[in-house]
Amino acid sequence: MRLLEHQAKKLLEPFGLPFTHGVVIREAGAVVSAIASLTPSSAWVLKAQVPFGGRGKAGAIRFVTSEDEAVIQARELFALRIRDTAVHAVSIEPRMAFSREFYVGVAWDTAARLPVAILSLAGGVDVEASSEHQVVRRTFDPGHGLSPYEGREMAEMLHLTGKTLTALGTMLHRLAAAFVEVDALTLEINPLIETDNGALLGLDAHLEIEDDALARQQDRLGALGELVASPTGREPTPLELEAQRIDAMDHRGVAGRVVEFDGDLALLIGGGGASLTVFDAVRRHGGRPANYCEVGGNPTEEKVAALTALLLSKPGVVHLAVIMNVVNNTRADVMARGVVDGVRQAGREPAETITVFRIPGSWEPEASAIMAEAGVHALGRDVSLDEAARLAVERSGTHVA
Amino acid sequence: MWLDPEDRILVQGITGREARGMVEDSLAYGSRIVSGVTPGKGGQEVQGVPVFNTVRDAVEQTGATVSVISVPAPAVLDAGLEALAHGIKLMLIMSERIPRMDTCRLLIAARAAGCTVVGPNTLGLIRPGVAKLGTIGGRVDNVTQSFSPGRVAVLSRSGGMTTEIASFLTSRGIGQSIAIGVGGDALIGSHFTELIVSLEDDPSTDAVVIYGEPGGVAEEQLADRLKARPSRLRINAFLSGHFVDDMEGVRFGHAAVIVEKGRGSVRGKTEALRAAGVFVADRFDDILEGL
Repeated sequence: MRLLEHQAKKLLEPFGLPFTHGVVIREAGAVVSAIASLTPSSAWVLKAQVPFGGRGKAGAIRFVTSEDEAVIQARELFALRIRDTAVHAVSIEPRMAFSREFYVGVAWDTAARLPVAILSLAGGVDVEASSEHQVVRRTFDPGHGLSPYEGREMAEMLHLTGKTLTALGTMLHRLAAAFVEVDALTLEINPLIETDNGALLGLDAHLEIEDDALARQQDRLGALGELVASPTGREPTPLELEAQRIDAMDHRGVAGRVVEFDGDLALLIGGGGASLTVFDAVRRHGGRPANYCEVGGNPTEEKVAALTALLLSKPGVVHLAVIMNVVNNTRADVMARGVVDGVRQAGREPAETITVFRIPGSWEPEASAIMAEAGVHALGRDVSLDEAARLAVERSGTHVA
Repeated sequence: MWLDPEDRILVQGITGREARGMVEDSLAYGSRIVSGVTPGKGGQEVQGVPVFNTVRDAVEQTGATVSVISVPAPAVLDAGLEALAHGIKLMLIMSERIPRMDTCRLLIAARAAGCTVVGPNTLGLIRPGVAKLGTIGGRVDNVTQSFSPGRVAVLSRSGGMTTEIASFLTSRGIGQSIAIGVGGDALIGSHFTELIVSLEDDPSTDAVVIYGEPGGVAEEQLADRLKARPSRLRINAFLSGHFVDDMEGVRFGHAAVIVEKGRGSVRGKTEALRAAGVFVADRFDDILEGL
């Protein structure tokens, strides 16, 4: 769960992390009264509140020097669509003068299996391009946190001195504590500016909280107002949304996680690893998948039937390939009944629609009998995932021709 | 080295629905499950296995040294610490959706206690013909059909693909010394590198097949290790999810770019492993190469 900038700042301030204070407006007309409520200034920055980084490059941050200009820029921001996301809120704050800027963050080092604190001299938009000698990293045990002295040592490695060194040590200590306390996946303050009087101040905050920890972070998150789900690429298609609804019908097993593609061969594939394997193989054999999906964990017959019918409802789709790895817990017979039902619900004939059915493992003989009754010869484990994908492509081509 | 026939196994969360089925299948395969723990349900039995309120009681009365954890995600850290406090040396964590901070704390404690952790989010591990931990393989008829004793180790980031690969090897007359679903989470107790380092000391293993996926740095780490020190083991790899490399904006694994230096694509993993002398199969069927 990625928080919006103003939410992240609000959540982090109790940890002693200082930020600029903005006013959040919901419509462009509110910009004038917002400016009146801020510390007097001759320059302001307007920032669209959207749940992802790279806002500067995306044109979501505007600098203005008059109220009239602020109104115009606010209107433009509210009219923006950034990565398919509409802008519902804009923050406005006085523009800060600063002598230099840093990047500070904490992320997960999955190789070390520890959180890692990061300090970079290259604050601003170019942090990912910063060279190695400008960046220092230090892993820490969440049980002990990162001591201020460890933060000072990080600063010293970048040849920082004096008040900057001590202030950064404290900042990194608090940042690490916040990261642990809020179950963060990523926590960044970028840029972290040093003002002319030597104080450190965060202009922007990026905070992503782990989805698996949301339940125990409810109290904190509940105080932040409406949370906006961050987009993963593009907005879901109607077919993908319907697949989500089908998967949520029943908590038993997974029959969903559909990603729509522009091909004509529907794929009912699983579990997760085999889905990736089969999708790669179908494409390598020249097939054009209509979708990616994941099935596993022994879903109910109803869910499988509904998903099958949905995948066949996509315009242009004639054939369906059903391919899973040797199943451990999923029952092949439940899958078989669901698939046959789903094909019929879609008004199709199983024998003409299903090019390949390959689910070896638990309850395989029963599954083969169900498929045989529907006129489909089920393939066994002697046919590899790759060979099953090849047959699916070949047979769909033959049928079309 | 891993799960010997005499190892006594404890199941934490034994009265849960999934655990009950797992215990039945594991006992049928020959795993020596001697006790279970569910706080508040001491005195009950599951498939004839006595249930205790605490790990302390279970260890004192049944001598367990291996634990399979199948408790709800919010209870895993506590259950794992309890197991470590009572001398468990091999811990398999089946539970999924565990908060990463909890996994991190548990793995630090396990390292200090000298306990090997497999998982979280794994279907389990099996030594064909000896015993298994977890639901790997499912029912016993499927387990015996899929896994056969031999000299190839299977290490896989996907539970389903662990069984698929073993079954494919078995169908071609190639047996397995061990098969391990390493777990699907970003933080796991035992990854490719340390498992292969252990297997180098295992006289019953000649070769390893690994299954990798997009995201994380486990494959790159292994490549770095093999470049620094080549292995005596023949290592074949198969990586899935090539199409994910081309899908802008869809992320598998969340680790920040700045930590992993841009690593994590299947293309990058393939190149790194090949440069380190690993045979990387383009097609699944090619994992047999040289075995």
